[in-house]
Amino acid sequence: MQFGFSAEQEEFRGVLRRFLEERSPTAEVRRLMETPDGFDREVWKQACSDLGLSGIHLPEEYGGQGFGFVELGIALEESGRALLCAPFFASAVLAANAVLLGATEARRKEILPAIASGRTVATLALTEPDGRWEVPAIALTASPTSDGWRLDGTKSFVLDGHTADQIVVAARLPDTTGTDGISLFVVPGHAAGLDRALLPTLDATRKLARLVFSGVPAEPLGEPGTGADALERTLDLASIALASEMVGGAQKVLEQTTEYAKVRVQFGRPIGSFQAIKHRLAELLLEVELAKSAAYFAAEAAAADDPELPALASLANACCSDAYRNVASESIQIHGGVGFTWENDTHLYFKRARSSELLLGDPAAQRERMLAKWGIS
Amino acid sequence: MSQHSEETVRAEVRAWLAENWDPELRLTEWRTLLADSGWGCPTWPREWCGRGLPEPLAEAVREEFERAGAVGVAQGGGTALAAVTLLEHGSDEQKRALLRPILTGEHTWCQLFSEPGSGSDLAGLTTRADRDGDEYVVNGQKVWTTSAHHARYGMLLARTNWDVPKHQGITYFAIEMDQPGVEVRPLRQMNGHASFNEVFFTDARVAAANVIGEVDRGWTVALTTLAHERRMADGLRSLVRGARGEGPIFDEYRRELASVMEPYKWYPQRAGRADLVVKRAQETGRLADPAVRQAVARVLILARTAEWTAKRAKAARVLGRPPGPEGSLGKLAASHVARAAADAHALISGADALLCGPDSPMDGVIAEVLVSVPAVSIAGGTDEIQRNIIGERVLGLPKEPSDAGRPFREVARNVGS
Ligand SMILES: Cc1cc2nc3c(=O)[nH]c(=O)nc-3n(C[C@H](O)[C@H](O)[C@H](O)COP(=O)(O)OP(=O)(O)OC[C@H]3O[C@@H](n4cnc5c(N)ncnc54)[C@H](O)[C@@H]3O)c2cc1C
Repeated sequence: MQFGFSAEQEEFRGVLRRFLEERSPTAEVRRLMETPDGFDREVWKQACSDLGLSGIHLPEEYGGQGFGFVELGIALEESGRALLCAPFFASAVLAANAVLLGATEARRKEILPAIASGRTVATLALTEPDGRWEVPAIALTASPTSDGWRLDGTKSFVLDGHTADQIVVAARLPDTTGTDGISLFVVPGHAAGLDRALLPTLDATRKLARLVFSGVPAEPLGEPGTGADALERTLDLASIALASEMVGGAQKVLEQTTEYAKVRVQFGRPIGSFQAIKHRLAELLLEVELAKSAAYFAAEAAAADDPELPALASLANACCSDAYRNVASESIQIHGGVGFTWENDTHLYFKRARSSELLLGDPAAQRERMLAKWGIS
Repeated sequence: MSQHSEETVRAEVRAWLAENWDPELRLTEWRTLLADSGWGCPTWPREWCGRGLPEPLAEAVREEFERAGAVGVAQGGGTALAAVTLLEHGSDEQKRALLRPILTGEHTWCQLFSEPGSGSDLAGLTTRADRDGDEYVVNGQKVWTTSAHHARYGMLLARTNWDVPKHQGITYFAIEMDQPGVEVRPLRQMNGHASFNEVFFTDARVAAANVIGEVDRGWTVALTTLAHERRMADGLRSLVRGARGEGPIFDEYRRELASVMEPYKWYPQRAGRADLVVKRAQETGRLADPAVRQAVARVLILARTAEWTAKRAKAARVLGRPPGPEGSLGKLAASHVARAAADAHALISGADALLCGPDSPMDGVIAEVLVSVPAVSIAGGTDEIQRNIIGERVLGLPKEPSDAGRPFREVARNVGS
């Protein structure tokens, strides 16, 4: 295990940071979050063509950059830092990994290059109205028809589900339970029988949708009934990716708050000279550093295909969720009244922290899963 | 570091151990070989008992020692604090005279920093050293001095100039403890052990040649010791490992552990024994309780992320940075781990955690955890002081109003000091 980034990786981070500072400043984040789509297709395409953002960890044979999960983690950390409004997580992480892990070779060749180039925006529809990001909770059914398959059921909390061009759908075969019968299908966003609605959410920087499937014709990605392992692994990788994203946001909001504590004067001195503030910031820095360690270690484990990966994924996710939520809410407190205004950026991070914390399972559930994966019972 | 050089070093140390390691040797004989060859302290410079190797290669050397079951150089405050401070600030003469006996274990050291009137505010110390010919005469009192009762030398901070601001009038001495002017009285701690002491100086003597660094410039030297101290706990945790071999050298080594290292016996417990949390939860059947599971999971996450964070800091140091404020992050993290682990142990053991006699869980280890953990956030600089350091030196937040600019004579002090 390596505990530092190489010069090339730092360089990669620098390039991404400059691009995002230019193309995704908070003014732009605020503009996009008010739009129903929530992102700018042109900027996204440019990020994919200039920086290869959507194919960082995809093998070159599928049009990707051929880097690993460590580089993907760096990119997510930077996108989290910038609160990037784009289908990065939905397309490059959720959908791409589901296809990479769960599709036949022919299907991969067909789908991944378009995702990698940014031509296609894809997502993964897994959770249902009960909000559980767990494979056994899948209820949407896939039934064979005379000429293929049809999907019936409802997906909810689908990232960028209302705008995606391609939707990878997690379904189960009729009369199966648990991890049996789990199957992955792909459906175009405008398929007949598919009703898509944007969900009003707390965190406007991350768009979620509800998708109702009524007899939607669908093509299987792999052998129907055998998708559970691929989905589990997709979720592990998503937990790690989200951990990286959260750590980037936590670091940024901590930096902004620290700067504020240096310039805001009360009682004749900067508030950062009061220990009540200084000590809190020191504790937050520690929390962010511990969270970074978790995210980095988990990304390395993903890159190395470590057998501990499922436990480490939950560890990183729980740790980064707690850190981000805590840093963001303390940041509002340290800003005082201005921290509670719409105009100040702190609430954008606060809301992203909450939405991230709950997106793939809350920290308590992740901790429980970590113990289970380590066999501690 | 390239694979090649790591393999070369491993091969070299293995060959050297095959040739020289012998459990029939006397402990000091063996450690003299370690000092001569440099294999005992691989990161130290070649001319001073080391081999000038970077940290990752030194780690490889330690692994080879462990594999061979060979005893290492003496551990504790001498090696971890005094020797590294001497390496950085001592004169060649001092290094020649003082380093070797530390490594062989012939000389143990204690750290004479804290005083009744100044702990966190270490630079406010009032023990005085006044020049008298080739010597200094020392008067005053130190407190909480770990291992002073068997130390041959003390790292002494004393005031040599009262007319300058407090950080500028302190001198760092290597003082011999065995002399009429030095009196050591043990102090009983809340966990029942007596590893620290009070030390009284009444016209004690120290040679001017034993000033480490320059007169009145001892604060800089002290900072080196303190930076290493924040990282010391790590090393002590693994002490008892490797004391299980057969042969006369191991008998001597075990005697050393039982006497010189006795004050450190409870140190693993003060770190909280996060390593025992899962085992205890399993053997007590408490893992079925979701509240216990969450507490256990939190300890594991804290302990592992703290360990990885220390490794990240270490990797950064390998790139050439000296121990800096990241040591404060590590120390603060250790406090969190210790407290979380102690809380989890109490939750897991339930009513049994009330016991501390022979019936108590794990022969009293759990009880010792509960009453030892409070030391972690005090010894070696309190958590509050670490937060100040992190806030000011890492985050760059403005300092508090301070007395540091005024001549020490005019500074407010505790009554009686
Ligand atoms: C097990 C153990 C072993 C030790 N071994 C040694 C040893 O070998 N040699 C040695 O020299 N010393 C040793 N010490 C002493 C230790 O370094 C001091 O106890 C410590 O630095 C605190 O000093 P103090 O006890 O005077 O407390 P004080 O400094 O009086 O602190 C009291 C409280 O005030 C807080 N405080 C103080 N200043 C500030 C500030 N600026 N801002 C906010 N809060 C503040 C502290 O955090 C603490 O909570 C040992 C202590 C222990 C517990």
